[in-house]
Parts: sequence; structure tokens; C-alpha cells
Amino acid sequence: MDVGAPRRPAARRNGSVPYTGVPRVRVAVGESAGDDVDLLAARVRLLEAFVGRSEIADCANIGLQWLGEVLGIRQSICLIRPEGEPSLFVVAAYGLGSAVTSFSVSLEDWRNPLVAAYINRKELFFPTPHSAADRKRRPVTPLEDAAFHAVPLGIAGSEEGAGLLLLEGVAAPPPELHWFVAVFSQKLDQILRQQVLAEGDRKQGRERTLLYNIINAVSDPILLTDTEGRLLIANARALTLFTASEEENEGRRSAVRMNNMLLSSALSSKAIEETGSARRELLLVNPVDGSDLVFELLSTVTEDPRQGSGVVSILRNVTDLRRASEEIEENYRKMRIAEVQARAESDRLNLIIDSVADPIVVTDAGGGTSLMNEPAERLFTIPVDASAIEQRWVQANDAHFSSFIAGMLVSADQRRVGEIGLSDPRTGEPMPVEAIAGKVLSEHGELTAVVTILHDRREALEKARLYSQLQVAADELERKIQAATADIAQQNELLRRQAIELEQASALKSQFLANMSHEFRTPLNAMLGYTSMLLQGVAGALEPPVKRQLGRIESNGRHLLTIINEILDISRIEAGRMPLQISTFKVPDLVSEVKAELEPIIMQRKLSVTIEMPRDLVPLTSDRQKVKQILLNLLSNALKFTHQGGVTIAGRRNARDRTMTLSVSDTGIGIAQADQDRIFEDFRQLDNSPTRAYGGTGLGLSICRRLAQMLDGRISVQSQVGKGSTFTLTLPTKGRK
Amino acid sequence: MSTKPDRPRVLLVDDYPDAREMYTEYLEFSGFEVVEAGNGMEALQKAVEAQPDIILMDLSLPVMDGWEATRRLKADERTAAIPVVALTGHALAGISEGAKKAGCDAFVTKPCLPEDLVREIRRILDSPSSTSTKKPRRSGKYAKTS
Repeated sequence: MDVGAPRRPAARRNGSVPYTGVPRVRVAVGESAGDDVDLLAARVRLLEAFVGRSEIADCANIGLQWLGEVLGIRQSICLIRPEGEPSLFVVAAYGLGSAVTSFSVSLEDWRNPLVAAYINRKELFFPTPHSAADRKRRPVTPLEDAAFHAVPLGIAGSEEGAGLLLLEGVAAPPPELHWFVAVFSQKLDQILRQQVLAEGDRKQGRERTLLYNIINAVSDPILLTDTEGRLLIANARALTLFTASEEENEGRRSAVRMNNMLLSSALSSKAIEETGSARRELLLVNPVDGSDLVFELLSTVTEDPRQGSGVVSILRNVTDLRRASEEIEENYRKMRIAEVQARAESDRLNLIIDSVADPIVVTDAGGGTSLMNEPAERLFTIPVDASAIEQRWVQANDAHFSSFIAGMLVSADQRRVGEIGLSDPRTGEPMPVEAIAGKVLSEHGELTAVVTILHDRREALEKARLYSQLQVAADELERKIQAATADIAQQNELLRRQAIELEQASALKSQFLANMSHEFRTPLNAMLGYTSMLLQGVAGALEPPVKRQLGRIESNGRHLLTIINEILDISRIEAGRMPLQISTFKVPDLVSEVKAELEPIIMQRKLSVTIEMPRDLVPLTSDRQKVKQILLNLLSNALKFTHQGGVTIAGRRNARDRTMTLSVSDTGIGIAQADQDRIFEDFRQLDNSPTRAYGGTGLGLSICRRLAQMLDGRISVQSQVGKGSTFTLTLPTKGRK
Repeated sequence: MSTKPDRPRVLLVDDYPDAREMYTEYLEFSGFEVVEAGNGMEALQKAVEAQPDIILMDLSLPVMDGWEATRRLKADERTAAIPVVALTGHALAGISEGAKKAGCDAFVTKPCLPEDLVREIRRILDSPSSTSTKKPRRSGKYAKTS
């Protein structure tokens, strides 16, 4: 800085400047060589005093002192306008008290002549006032009534003046004054300029720190590199990626080396030239944990004429971004699925709820109804065309239900079952319902809803009533049945006993009859034996009347024997002790045998017996002995009751019903129609008188009918009194075996 | 006992004295020698002693019945060859079966007239081999036809 370098005087701004400065001094110097030397030395002294001074006040004091000593100015004041201030302040004073420092000149006081002098850069002279009017015209200064010059400070070419000098003295200022003003102004300008520069440096430093703080605050790495990729400026985030001190471990250092290589290649001049300020993806390694980091590299080439080209790069970490974006997409997809599911679920739920016949009401935590199905709506919502009474029923239902829900909401119960006395909204008749309510809790355990299902109890109650009636009736019935059963059981027991008794009685009877017949036979055997012996003349010849009487004994004895035998037969049949002996035999042979056995009687009765058997008569399968017994009985009966004419035995086969009929027809006395059924009864002979015309026990036909039944056959009779009778035995051709 | 004359010897076993006397009188009248026994035990003793040509055996007897007596006679070689004719008033079925099983050679149902009985005895004695192998037959004029 060439402060001390001689400068040309400032170009006069206008022609009103009263004196020209240096030439005048030069003139004065030229007048006295000794003064010239002193002046020159004084100038040098001043210039030397200014060297190294950077404070305006110091310089001002030096300057004012110099003026006082060299130019003989006894009192002086230096006013400077600090940067940005609207006033001129005292920085130095000479020959005045310390009170002068409080003096200042406001630049806004435009009527002050000092302001005009400063603004206009015009030296003004204020002579000593001689009157009050004079005094009024001059500014008030610490110089009081002394005459003084106001000399503006400031170098030529600058917009504003640096300050103002107030110098006591006479009207003509010395020429050296102008040299001083020029030099002092130069020095002031220098100091002020340095102050501005220093201020600017401080400001720049603050701004730089701020800038660093800002870029460090950015979480994205920010870099400034030269065109070779060398790191010039990096923020903290970038430093962790691209720098590593010697103390760091090897893994971290190699990660950093790799990152630098990757960055360099990405920022190679060629790459930048090709893409300009393009966005590229850059894959780096996280030196801290070795994980992959994906960055978006945004680099811009900066041109600086002084510093040369550089590349500003911003790395935006898109690892998390990409992950986040993927997560967002995934979440969105899940949300869509969940939404679709929820909607389907909701539709299904609605379908289910609507399909339930029982009313369902969903109540929110505040007690408001959030959902109800159609049956519930019938109960709790007033239909459009409802009458006043119907409205009241529905309102009453709503009130009852609300009270139930309120109780549920305040209680700690998770579930509640209760009965609510509702009314049928159409008929108003009582409608007790069973209400089953359950709380629905969120996953945090907060109550979100209460679901209530109502079940009409009328049917159940009616059923229960009917059931109880039924139960009563059933009990009554059961009681009756038990009584009847007991009765029946008693009667059964009685019957059983009676049956046993009857069986025993029957067995006893049969046994008795069997025994009796045996006991009868033994004496009868002796009676018949002796009679026979007498008749044979064992005891000698007999008189005819005796012989006739013995004959009577014999015939009656035989009759008795026949009766005993027949009684025995009946008792054997009834006791089931007459077994069947089934065989297959020829009927004509059997009939011949029967006829042969009765031949003596036939001869005696002088009757004809005719047998009519067709040639193709099939053999009969039956009990031969019993068939023979029946035929013997029928034939002997026919012979007994026939006096003239004959008897015909005829056989006939009935292929249609697989039976065979054997009939015995006589031309005897016949049987009246009314008697035809009675002849088969026990001990029945039509002539019941003691002196019967015909012998016989009266048991014959009875036995025949029993025997025929044993053989699955039957005996019938056709008869006409006086004309004869026909007894017909019908038997199955193949009887049971 | 002397050797047999031409009169065949009959052992008549019956507990009913009248019947026994009647048959004895008629058998002797008809030319038989008769030995009587009143029960089965006595019959066994008499059969061994008298060695009859034929035995008429009532079945219902005191002390020992006719079935048991017949079994014992047939089991004893001294009497096994003597024909036994069962003689009973029991007409119920099963009686004749039991008699056959006991060893009786013939079966006659009471009441049986003396002459019928004699005819049956003669028939058995006249048959070529009047042994127990002969088929039993029923006889008797008044015999039941069942």
C-alpha cells in the first residue's frame, strides 16, 4: 500500500474552491529556504507518524497536533462519520477540553452549515460573530465564538466524504493545510478501507463456517472435487465414506479406498462430459458395517476462472429410499388385498347376518346401533305405515334393548345372556326373547362393538308348556299302563296257573282213565273168562236156559269192554298219546280187509256189501290203522242200521284239491236233518232210551271224527230218514308225515 | 321135578289170584301142567326150578315187575331159551315196545279169553323153533287194534 506515495491533488470538483493548495505552499517554501526545509521535515514527520497507524483516532490526534505545532492552529476538532451512521462524531480534538467528545453533528440537520460543508465538500469560513444575528447564522461548536474554518475530508473520487475538520483561525488558511488535508484524507481512506476489508474477511469467515455447518447438516454426502476426482471439500457424511485415518482398521480403509475408486470412475471427466449434470446410480460400501449403499449421484461441473473447474457432487442415499419404496409398494399391495378381503368378508358377513332368522344387532362402544339384520329391523325400527300404538311398541322394544346394552357396556362381563321382554311390533303381544351379547374387542383390548343375538322364546316357551302338558298326559298314561300291565300280569299269572292246573287236571284225567281202564279190564277179564269157560262146558254140560243166560252175561261183558276201549281211545286222542304212523297203502286192499273182518255180521244180516273203486285210484299216504278203524266203524254202523238193501263202499279221487273221499252208503233208517250234527257228539245215539233198539256205545262216530281230524281230514253225512245215509270220509292223498 | 310128560308145563305169573286160578283151571282143563307165581321174584325162582316150556308173564307185578323178571330170565342161560309171553291189561301204547325190549317173545292183551290164550300158547309151542329168536306177535281175540 503506497500510502505515502505522492499523489496528484484531487481534481477540483467545482471552481468555488477558494485556494489551490500545494502551489501556494510551494510558493511559500520558495520564499524562505529555511522554512522550506522545516516544512519538508514536518511533512516527513507527519508521514512517518502515520505509518503503521491503523486507528482513525490516533491518526486524527497526530494530525491535529501536527496542525497545532506546524501551522499554529491552536484549536481544532476532527469529525468522522462512521460507516452507516447518520451523524458526524468527534474522534479527536486539539486545544479543547475533554467535553468536546460529546459534540456531534447530525447529518439530517440540513440547516446546519456544517452539514452543507460535509455534504457539498466545501470549505466554509465562519468569522467571529459580532452580533446576535451573526451568532445565529453560525453553527454551535465547541469552538464557541472563535472564527474557524470547516474543511471537508475525503479523497477525490469517493462518493461520500470521510469527515470534517473544524480549525480555529483567520480567514486565510495557510497553504500547508491543503497538503495536510490531502494526506490525512488519504490516510483516513486507507484506514477506512482496511476496516471495511477486515470486516469483509470476518463476514466471509462467518459465512464459510455457516456454509460448512449447513452442508454438514445435510445427511447426503456432498463433495467438491477437481477434474481429476481429488477431494477438495466434503461434508461430514462424505468424509465417513471417502476418508479414513491411519488409526482406522484395515477393513474400513479398504472400503474407503474402494469407494474413492468408484467415485473417481463415476466422476471421470469423460463420464461427466458425456452426461453433463446427469443423475447416475453409484453403488458404494458402508465402511462402518460393510453393507451395500445405493446412491443417486448428482454431479455438476462448476467453472471458476480463478480456481479452475470442479465438480460438485451430491450423493443421495436411495438404499433406504428404494427399500422404503418397495415397502410402500408391498404395503399398498397388502392393503389392496386386505381391502378386497375385508370387502368380501363384509359381504359374506352381511349375507350371513341377513340369512340368520334371529335378530342380530351390532352396537358400537357408544351404545349406537351400527348394524342390524332384517329381523332386528322389524323389532326396532318403526315402519313407514306404523300406527301410533305400533310406534309405541317399537319404541318400547328399543328402550328395553338399549337398557340391556347399557348394562352390558358398563359391566365387565365379556358375555351376557339375559331375557328381554319385547313386544311383537305387529300385534303387540308379549315377545320374550333371549338375548346373547358378546363384546368385540380390538387388538388393544378396547371395546369396539357389542354383538347381540336375540332369540324368540315364545316358541320355546309354548313348546315347554305343551311339553309339560304332554309330560302330564304321558305320566297319566304311563300310570294307567302300569296299572293295566299289573292287572294283565296278575291275570296272566292267574291264567298261567289255571293253565297249569288244567294241564295237570287233564294229565290226571288221562292217567285216571288209563288206570281205570286197566283196573276195569282185570276183573272183566276174569268175568269174561269164566263165562266163556262155563259156556264151553268146562264145568259140565249146561241146561239151555242157563246157557242162554250165560250168553247174556258174555255179550254185556263184551259191550262193557268195548265201552272201556272206546273211552280209552278218546282219552288217548285228547291226551295226544295216540301217535300217527304214516305209510302209503292201496285203498282197495284196505277196504277188502274191512269187509272181511265184518263178514260174519254181513252174513248174519243178509245184506249185500258193494265195493266201488276206480282202477286209477292212487295210493293213499296216511295212518293205515286209523283209516281202517274209521271204515270199520262206518261199515259196522251201516250194517247195524240197515235192515234190507245193501251197503256200498265207494272211493273217489279229487285231483283238484288232492283229496280222496271214501264213502259208506246204506239203505237204512236214515237220520233226520236236525240230528245230523248231533250224531258226532260223545255218547250220542239218537235213541237215548234205556232199552235201545241198537247196540253201541255212542262213542263210535265221535272217535271217527277225532281220528279224521288227526289225519287232516273230515267226516260228513248226508241222510234222509227212511231212505238211508251216506257217511263220507275226506282225506288228503298225501297226509302229513 | 320129573321129566316132562306129554303135558307141556306152563309157568303162569300173575298177581291177580282170580285170573291166575281161572287160567290155571282152563290150562289144566286144556291139557297143560301149570306152575304159578305171584310176583317177578317168585317167577325167577320157579322158572329155574320147574324149567317150564313157556312162561306167561303179567307185567304189573309186586316185588319185581314183569319187565325186570323177563330181562333176568333172558339173561340167565338156564332160562334164556324159554319163550316168554307178556300178558297185560295195559292197553296204552309203549307197553308192547317195553315188553319186546325186555325180551318177551309174544304179547297178549288182557282181557284175553282162556281159549284165546291157549290157542296162542299152542301156536308158539308148535312153531318149528319156539325160541326167543322168534318174532314176537300180538294175539288175543279182544286185543285192541291200536
